[in-house]
Parts: sequence; structure tokens; C-alpha cells
Amino acid sequence: MECVFGMVGKGFALVVADSSAVNSILVHKSNEDKIMVLDSHKLMGASGEAGDRAQFTEYVQKNVALYQYRNGIPLTTKAAANFMRGELATALRKNPYMVNIVLAGYDKETGPSLYFIDYIATLHKVDKAAFGYGSYFALSMMDRHYHPDMTVDEAIKLADQCIEEIRSRLVVAPQNFIIKIVDKDGAREHSWRRTTKD
Amino acid sequence: MARYDRAITVFSPDGHLFQVEYALEAVRKGNAAVGVRGTDTIVLGVEKKSTVKLQDSRSVRKIVTLDDHIALACAGLKADARVLINRARIECQSHRLTVEDPVTVEYITRYIAGLQQKYTQSGGVRPFGLSTLIVGFDPYTGVPALYQTDPSGTFSAWKANATGRNSNSMREFLEKNYKETSGQETVKLAIRALLEVVESGGKNIEVGVMTKEGLKQLEEDEIDTIVAEIEAEKAAAEAAKKAPSKQT
Repeated sequence: MECVFGMVGKGFALVVADSSAVNSILVHKSNEDKIMVLDSHKLMGASGEAGDRAQFTEYVQKNVALYQYRNGIPLTTKAAANFMRGELATALRKNPYMVNIVLAGYDKETGPSLYFIDYIATLHKVDKAAFGYGSYFALSMMDRHYHPDMTVDEAIKLADQCIEEIRSRLVVAPQNFIIKIVDKDGAREHSWRRTTKD
Repeated sequence: MARYDRAITVFSPDGHLFQVEYALEAVRKGNAAVGVRGTDTIVLGVEKKSTVKLQDSRSVRKIVTLDDHIALACAGLKADARVLINRARIECQSHRLTVEDPVTVEYITRYIAGLQQKYTQSGGVRPFGLSTLIVGFDPYTGVPALYQTDPSGTFSAWKANATGRNSNSMREFLEKNYKETSGQETVKLAIRALLEVVESGGKNIEVGVMTKEGLKQLEEDEIDTIVAEIEAEKAAAEAAKKAPSKQT
């Protein structure tokens, strides 16, 4: 029932994720932050097996940092996406990571970008992406209302519409959502959408 | 005696490891490097040979960051330095990955020194020909630290130290003139020590200033300004010394 989605706007990219941590019928917590700040200008929303998610995202984050120290400049979003895809692909036929990732980044030269990376190492550069059961509703909503070069307000409004749809139509909908944004000023938390306090 | 310097794993009868001592010799031939610890600032200074006119100096960074809060300068074989720095950078990230905390200065120094020691006790390898000066702030206590390692794998903490060419003169100067400083005073002390053995001027010195915010590499003109200040202070001190005798 995890849900991660994202979209690209004018000079920024948005990633929204639910914040529930569930184990069969038990909700461990509803304020789990699943959108990792990869570096100053990259966001990685991840859903899937909790252990794999933590292991894989932390591993990627440390390798992205290492690249920066070694080479004096940060990885581009495209390079980071391809690195992740490579790692998933290598592990796939031995010990696959069950993690789906929406990678959002802002590069000075190329602007905002969004990548869809699923657990069997599919990589697509996209304008909007979604994972999980919520994706049925989020993608439909975005297909209807998304247009290129949206402002932040428009994009947040669309994200809210998606969240509304997920909340009302998914049988066990996640309670809270976190929204993070990345633009030329960096990657940061934007806001929460809560129905419960945790 | 020459029989005992062929391999690293052979002690001489009087207890020397000649290969390690020869590595220390390589360090002594390397460029001068100085480190000074202040209360809120730690400064690294390295001599830059300005004879290479066609070289793009930006590609030869002698003061490097290992992590956000740790910087390193070294004297000796630069190629060996590249290998050691790479391993240290990996270890900094690996530590963050396994224990979710940044390394302390002491931890990474111990790691680098441990690596240097390993190569004094293996077959078919030679020691790393460099001494390092490692600076940083403890990520939890905020206490500044300066450490030095050498090819034998020993390390210790210092208030101020120098390595490389003419390190003895620099260390003597530091011993005579060291006092607890902060901010710009620490920078000045480090540059003054370096100027004892290096030609004056911004293009002959590379200076890195580590504060809690991170490492800042000073620009050539910034260094030139500070050098000018130092020379002015020196001239003023000289004049003050001469003035009383004139008045009699």
C-alpha cells in the first residue's frame, strides 16, 4: 500500500511519498520519511521492502558523496540515475533489491529532471511517475491535469488532488504524506499532509 | 648495513627498518607543509613550487577534503598520497554507512596510520612515502584537532606541526611563537611559519582554513593580502626595535 509519485514543473521537481511503515496488519509508524536527500540537489523517493530500501538508498547516498569528494564536483542527476540502475541490474539475477525509486534532481546546465527506476532496473526519464497501488490513481490524475512548466503552486495543487484520490479510493490508504521539492536552491522538505499525528 | 635495507620485512641488527627510514627521507624531500590548531579554526599551509609555468595549478590541489569536516595535507610522494587519500575517503563514507555517524578526526587518522603501518609489515611492498597532516572538528564535541601520521604508521595529535622540506626550522619557529589563537590570527601564524622557509607571495603558498562550516581554500589574492599584513607587522616590529636606541 506504499505510494510514491513525482512530477517536473518549471525549474523544479516534486516528489511525494506516503509515510507509513507497515508490517502485515500492524502500522509501525506513520511518519517514516521515505524521500532521501541524496545530495544538495537530488531527491530519491523509495518504496518497497523496508530493509532493502534502507540498505540500497543509504548505499547510493554514500557512493554519490564519495564521487563528489573524489572528483570535486557532484554527479549529475542522469549519472546518479544510471549508477542506481546499474547497481539494481547487477544485483537482479543474484540477490535483487525490492526497491522502486523516483529520482528527482536539479542540474544547473539541464534544469529539473525526474527518473523512474523500478526494482528490476527499468530506467526511464519522465515528467511524471508513480509507484504502488496509489499509482493507479496518481497517474490518472496527473494524466488529466498535468501540463509542462507548472508553477510550484499548481504542482502542489495537483499533488493534493492525487493524495485526495488515493485517500478516498484506496481501501487501506496511507494516513500521512510527505512532499519534498528540489530546485536551483537545493533539495528540501516542502510540507506534510497528515490525517494522524505520530 | 646495506644487507638490511633490501626488503621492508627485515630488521637491521641495531633495530632499524631501513625502508621506513628511507621513506622518511622521501618525506624530508617533499614540499613544506604546516598545520596550526586554533580555538575555532585550524589552518593547513602547503608550499607550492611556482617554477611550473605551463601547468594548470587548479589540477594540483595539495590540501584535500576527506569528508565535510576533515581535511588533509601531505608531504612526500604525491602518487602515494592519491592512493591513501582515496582509501581514506572511502573509509569516511563506509563509516557513515555502517554506523550512521561521521568519522572523528582521530578515527580517520588511526585508519590512515594503520594503513601506512600495514605496508611496513608485508612482503613485496614498500611503505607509503608520505607524512600527512590531518585536521578537522570532532562532529559531536566541536573540538578542533590536528594530527600527523608518518610512513612508519605512528600518529599523534599536535597543537601545531610541520612536515616536509625544512620542517625543523618551521617547527622551531612554531615552538617559539605558538600561542592559543583564533580566526585570522591562526591563519597568520600558519603563513608566518611557512614564510620562514618558502618564498614570499600568494603563488608560492596554498592555504586551507578549516572552520566548523567546512574547508575554505584561500585565493591567491587573499593570501597576498595576509602576507602583506605580516610583512607590515614585521617591519613595524623592526622599526620599534630600532626606535628606542635612536631616541637616546
